Amino acid sequence: MFLVNYIKGLVEALGSMTILFMQTIYWTINALKGGRFSPKNLFDQMSRIGVDSLSMVAITGFSTGAVLVVQIGYQFAQMGAQRYVGGVVSLAMARELAPILTSIVVAGRVGSAIAAEIGTMKITEQIDALETMATNPVDYLVVPRFWACTIMLFMLTIFTNVIGMIGGSLVAIHQIGLTLVAFKDSILHMLLIQDLMGGLFKATVFGAIIATIGCYKGFTTEGGAEGVGKSTTSAVVVSIMMILAVNYFLTVGINNFNTAYLQ
Amino acid sequence: MIIISNIHKSFGPKQVLKGVNLKIYDGESLVILGPSGCGKSVLLKHIIGLMKPDMGQVLIDGEDVTTFDQQKLDALRMRMGMLFQSAALFDSLNVEENVAFGLRRHTNLSNRAVHHIVSEKLEMVGLPGTNYLMPSELSGGMRKRVGLARAIAMEPEIILYDEPTTGLDPIMTSAIDELHLSLKERLGVTSIVVTHDLKSAYRVCDRIALHYGGQIVEIGTREEIINSPNPVVQQFIRGEAHGPMSLV
Repeated sequence: MFLVNYIKGLVEALGSMTILFMQTIYWTINALKGGRFSPKNLFDQMSRIGVDSLSMVAITGFSTGAVLVVQIGYQFAQMGAQRYVGGVVSLAMARELAPILTSIVVAGRVGSAIAAEIGTMKITEQIDALETMATNPVDYLVVPRFWACTIMLFMLTIFTNVIGMIGGSLVAIHQIGLTLVAFKDSILHMLLIQDLMGGLFKATVFGAIIATIGCYKGFTTEGGAEGVGKSTTSAVVVSIMMILAVNYFLTVGINNFNTAYLQ
Repeated sequence: MIIISNIHKSFGPKQVLKGVNLKIYDGESLVILGPSGCGKSVLLKHIIGLMKPDMGQVLIDGEDVTTFDQQKLDALRMRMGMLFQSAALFDSLNVEENVAFGLRRHTNLSNRAVHHIVSEKLEMVGLPGTNYLMPSELSGGMRKRVGLARAIAMEPEIILYDEPTTGLDPIMTSAIDELHLSLKERLGVTSIVVTHDLKSAYRVCDRIALHYGGQIVEIGTREEIINSPNPVVQQFIRGEAHGPMSLV
């Protein structure tokens, strides 16, 4: 019985999130058509979601790039394959690590903040107040957060890739004994544009997932401060689980696409 | 005129409204009294379309609000203002942005005109010069008054007050009541006030309805309520712990 209820709840939540996503698209089109789209709101959210996450993302990217070179560099050096270090690290970063790690950091920082903000608005009747002033909460609250999160995940992942490569190159030069030119040539030789684009596409999808789940958890908040706390935690956990699950299918889809059209 | 006809509403197994019937006339100030948690706010939310009843109708000028689509509901809400129990000011916006919210979303007024209207409404609620304060910098009474300024910014025909004086000191309560009466006089609005504050109810009402057990058990003028032979009414207005009205 518990399992049936759990599955029922899961299906209901997924259905509600899909409806919220569709409503977001509808209200975006509606706002663009009616000339009501507010760039100020969007830029405010982009600043809060993106710019304020830069330091965390930079530390994550730098550390990951550096550690990857340490782990891979000595092994490759033993086999005399140092010239592949830059390429292998850049591939790992571009295809998987940059989009996944950036998304997890943003899910922790931004997904929780979105759920807490909207959840607090819900329990303090601010969402009802919006409706009484003939303003749709999806239009006013979700649309700017959704697009800001989606766009900024794309941008932040580019940033993570660059910082990761800087971290990796510093370790490669000072610890593995590679030259900057050799590291760079290895990257240029092995990394293809489709590897970068595939990773950035994934990050964009993850951005949409984080915003949708954060907003959904906010709207479904019940009770007082405890309810907000639960929603916040749940937004982060569900976002990370969804990112990891969706990542598998995206990876398979992108690989199939690359094989069919780009090779 | 607002006609509430046989409204039923349940939340899970709990039946909150069990066939509420009520008429509110244009320009009237109707106070809905009742113990805490009896469903007064739920009733108010049905009037503005924030909740849909399980059964029954809410007729405003002959049209059933419960069947409205979003567009019609939004058009109706432009004619209404609501003061929430917690004031429900938007935390991230300052006082001016809060009061101007509806004006900026639904009119093409210039920034100067909007600022002028906001300042005028803040003056009306006794808070001139507070335009750029954030909600977190306001006291409870000030928040309620800003909430009221926001509710009247679009000059609505109907204002719904959800516990406008709860948590306020007697002087602030009196100030809010006077404001209510002056708004009624100056703007001629229809008011529906949900409260359990008897003093305040007597001050602002044209009529009082007592809501208990999911129904309106008594309705009348202040004198009719005070002199009602209904034991439920007498227990409530005397504030007695024992009687036919059970503690929730």
